Order: sequence, then structure tokens, then C-alpha cells
Amino acid sequence: MILAILEPAKGALTEASWETLTAARDLAHKSNDSVTALMIGKGVNALAPTVKGIHTVLVAEDPRLDSYVPEAFAKIVSEVITQRSPKIALAPGTETGNDLMARVAARLNLGLATNCVEFSVEGGSLKRVTRSNWGGSLLEELEILSSPILLTLAPHAIAAQSADGTTPTVETFSVSVSEKDFRVRIKELIPTQKKGISLTDAKVVIGGGRGMGSAEAFKMLEELASLLHNAAVGATRVATNNNWRPHSDQIGQTGVQIAPDLYIACGISGAIQHMVGCKNSKKILAINKDPEAPIFQRADYGVIGDLHQIVPALIAELKKLKGA
Amino acid sequence: MKVLVCIKRVPDTGGGFKLTSDNMRVDTTNVGFAISPHEECAVEEAIRIIEKHGGSSTVLTLGPQAAQEQLREAIAKGITSAILLEAEDYEFWDPAATAHAIAETVKPLGFDILLFGNESADTCNYQVGLRVAHLLDLPCVTGIKALEIQDGKALAKRETKDGWEVYEVALPAVFTVKEGINTPRHPSLRGIMSAKKVPIEQKKVTKPAPQLVRKALKKPQEGRHLEILGQGVDAVPKIIEKLREVGAI
Repeated sequence: MILAILEPAKGALTEASWETLTAARDLAHKSNDSVTALMIGKGVNALAPTVKGIHTVLVAEDPRLDSYVPEAFAKIVSEVITQRSPKIALAPGTETGNDLMARVAARLNLGLATNCVEFSVEGGSLKRVTRSNWGGSLLEELEILSSPILLTLAPHAIAAQSADGTTPTVETFSVSVSEKDFRVRIKELIPTQKKGISLTDAKVVIGGGRGMGSAEAFKMLEELASLLHNAAVGATRVATNNNWRPHSDQIGQTGVQIAPDLYIACGISGAIQHMVGCKNSKKILAINKDPEAPIFQRADYGVIGDLHQIVPALIAELKKLKGA
Repeated sequence: MKVLVCIKRVPDTGGGFKLTSDNMRVDTTNVGFAISPHEECAVEEAIRIIEKHGGSSTVLTLGPQAAQEQLREAIAKGITSAILLEAEDYEFWDPAATAHAIAETVKPLGFDILLFGNESADTCNYQVGLRVAHLLDLPCVTGIKALEIQDGKALAKRETKDGWEVYEVALPAVFTVKEGINTPRHPSLRGIMSAKKVPIEQKKVTKPAPQLVRKALKKPQEGRHLEILGQGVDAVPKIIEKLREVGAI
């Protein structure tokens, strides 16, 4: 059996959960096995019927688990694995999914391959996985010697596919968590007020790097963004470490991952750390005065020149167009 | 207050990777090394905790002799002492092996706060901190971007798409830190000079039987072809054309 651990959020399963189910069905198909999905939390009974095309849905419903309770969730997953002996247990490689599976791996003293992007099944069994290293700029082929095999699936590594056919059997998994399992818990949720267009929602993102030279210079990127539809301003790690921009504006491996239609990189050399954060942009336009800058090897459009002249000229031209 | 911060020495890759001829490692000939970014912030957080609450801080790494460079960098910034778990083959240790070696070393030392990076820059395993916490039976909050210590308790904030999750845990506890929790300081010249003289506690460690075995590294396909739009301000009309194509104007 292949166990797919799903993430309910706000009364539905997350996109990463559907991707995980798709990967689990594919693994089961290639190894002539069946899939059991596990859902934990308050209200998961109602979500069970939304899943199709697998053998069983296990629901661990408990009113105390109305948000992620790390140790309680890890205890339940560990118990399911111990009792049902899956060959593989797979969860989404999200913040929560990686946190959960690392706790499960520690409890069961098993290996865990996080953020897998590819699976290699030979002769009916999973031999190797390919996982993301350096935020996805390198891939690592890995053999997993411990069993059962624990995996998380990198978000967007495979596209979620809907399945029809079999309506799975829904089984209740009785939850046996105690006070001790709640020693790590959320005390409070503080919602953030959304202001402006976020980097992840913007259709055009304008990024500034070392070549900006100062916090002041970012004002012209803000002005440029204000002249475009649905545009936002981001920065590199160099810019945030220099306090030119807040860390929340950082695009990169340790910041935000963006996927706009167009990314305009201004004065950015193209460090791996940064490119990991913008590689899902449909098009990348780089403005840099150094024709040898690595970013030109990873961009669709290149402009060679000084951004401090080009950006103001672009702003002037856009204003002229608006005025016309 | 006794604070531990665990770091990893990683290649400072800059603009690209070269792999060794056997495809097993990043070729580090002519490449510098750094403390992995999240851990650089964990070092800063450890220094700030001690500045505010008093006590001592220790930096630890499992790595080669050369990792003294990263340990001394942390000391130069303000960390009190350092431990090197010496393993020249550290790149091939899996997370469970690393966690066992760390847990065994730090268990008798009685730290109140143990800080890790959320994930290392190179292997991105997301698990050493959690595994150490489990081995020491301590609570752990991962991926935190704010930490407040008060009356033997810690409030740790985790950022989500919708806002902040605030966790409260009793100390001792383990936290894995994300960049953005603070802006790391640069070491002072005086700090750098005096860090050279601080003795580093060293212990050789041997890799146990692995759970995960690397078979190869490879580069993903990159499918972009560069079109030069022009030089300097002459390129502006072409940039406008590209902005029109995506409906930005």
C-alpha cells in the first residue's frame, strides 16, 4: 500500500495535496499497488468524499486538531505507518508537510527524502528518487535504504490530475493523542493586512540587485511599477542584507518564489540564490551593464547598459504614452 | 541562558555550478565557502539573545577542518565558543546521521535554546533540527521569523501566506530559523582578530550506516535563449514592446 498524507486547509484540500495524490496513484500504478489517503484534523470527515480513484481514505477527525499541531499530527501519521505498513508514505513538500514528515522520520528512525521531483520505479519497486538541491538549481539522485520509504513531493513538480472511477472506502482512524502531544501548538493567529499587489500575484515583477546601489534608487523601480498594470517591486539578497529593502521583498532561495509573466531584473548579476526564486517567470528581461553577468545566460531578453539611465528613460517614455 | 547554534559550511556558489567529474559533488576548486544563509541569521539571533538576557553562546558544525573558518566567523561576530565535529566526508552524511552526532554531543551540555537553520542551502533536507529535538525529547518549532524569550518560555512566530502563527513553548526548546528573522551583522576587525585565538573544541566523528545514499548530482534543463534587445537607452522602445506583449501597458 502507498500512503498519501493530505493537507486540508480552509475546508478543502490544498493544490499540493492533489499533486501528492496524483504522484501516489502513479507510483501505485507502476508498482501494482493501492493507495490509501490520510487526512487529519477537524472537519476532514466532510472532505473524504472529494477524493476519487484510490482504495481507501483514512480520516483522523478530532475537534482539538483545528489547526496544525505538529507533535499530535506526527504521532497519528507514525501510528498509521506502524499499523498499516505502507511501502511508501508520501506527503506534500510544503512547510507543513516537510515539518510533519521530518518529525515522523525522527520518531520511526527512518530516512526521509524531501522535495522529490521524480521517481524511478523498476521491476515494480521504487529504486531511486530525484530530489531538489540548492532550491532546485541542482538535482540529486538518491537511493533510500530504510523501509518504509518516506518522501515529500516538491510543490509544482508534477501537475495534479483528477481521477474518476472508484469511490474509496472511508475508514475512521481513532485518534489517541494526549496533552503531551500539544506542547507545541499555535497560541494565536495574526492575519496580515494585504497592501498593494503581492510579489506572488503580480504579472510583472521588477527586481533590483547590487547594481541599484542604494535604497533611494528603488524609488524609480516603484515609479516604474506604478506606471504598469499589476506590477510589484522585489529585490535580491544583497539588497535586503544592505537594508535597501525589507526581507519580505526578497526574491530567492531564502525569500519569495515568484512566477510572473515578465520579470525585469535590474542590476542583478544572476546568483544561483536569486535565480531559484525567479526561474518560474514566463519571461526574464535583464538590464545589466556587465555583458558577462551570469544572468544573461538565464534570461530571455537582455539589455546591456546602465539601469540608472535606462530606467528613467523608460519611465519618461511610459509617461509620454500615458499622456498621449 | 545557554544558547547553541548549529551551522553548515556550504560553497559560495555565486553565478553557477560546476560538478566534479564523478558528478557526486559541487566542484569547489576556486570557490569560497560561507555559512548557509538561514544559519547566518541563527548565529545573529543567538548573539542577540545573549546580549539581551546574558549567558553564553556556542556554535557547532559537523564538517571538515576547514569549517573552522565558519566557526571563527561566528565567534568574530560575538559567539562565545565553538565545537567542531570533524568529518571530512560531511557532504555524504544523511540528516539522521548528522542529528545523532549533534544530539550525542550537546545532550550533556544543557542548552536552553538550540537554533538551527530551517534548511541548508545545499542539500535542503529540512530535518536536522527536528531530528535533534526528537533525540533530546525537546519541543521544536520550525521556520521561525521572530523569537521572544520571557520567563522560561518562548514565543516563536512562523509566517504563512495569510499572516503569522504564534507558537508558545517552554524552554529548553529547539527552533529552526528562516532568513528575515534579523539582519546579520558584519564582524568587527577586533572581533576577527580575537576570534583567531579562541580555542575550538574538536571531536572526530564517524559516519554511521546511512539511510539515504547519493548516487549522482545533475543540472536541471534550462530552456531560455537570450535575445539582446539593445544597448543603453536605445533599448527602451524594445522594452516597451515586451511590456505590451504581456499586457502591462
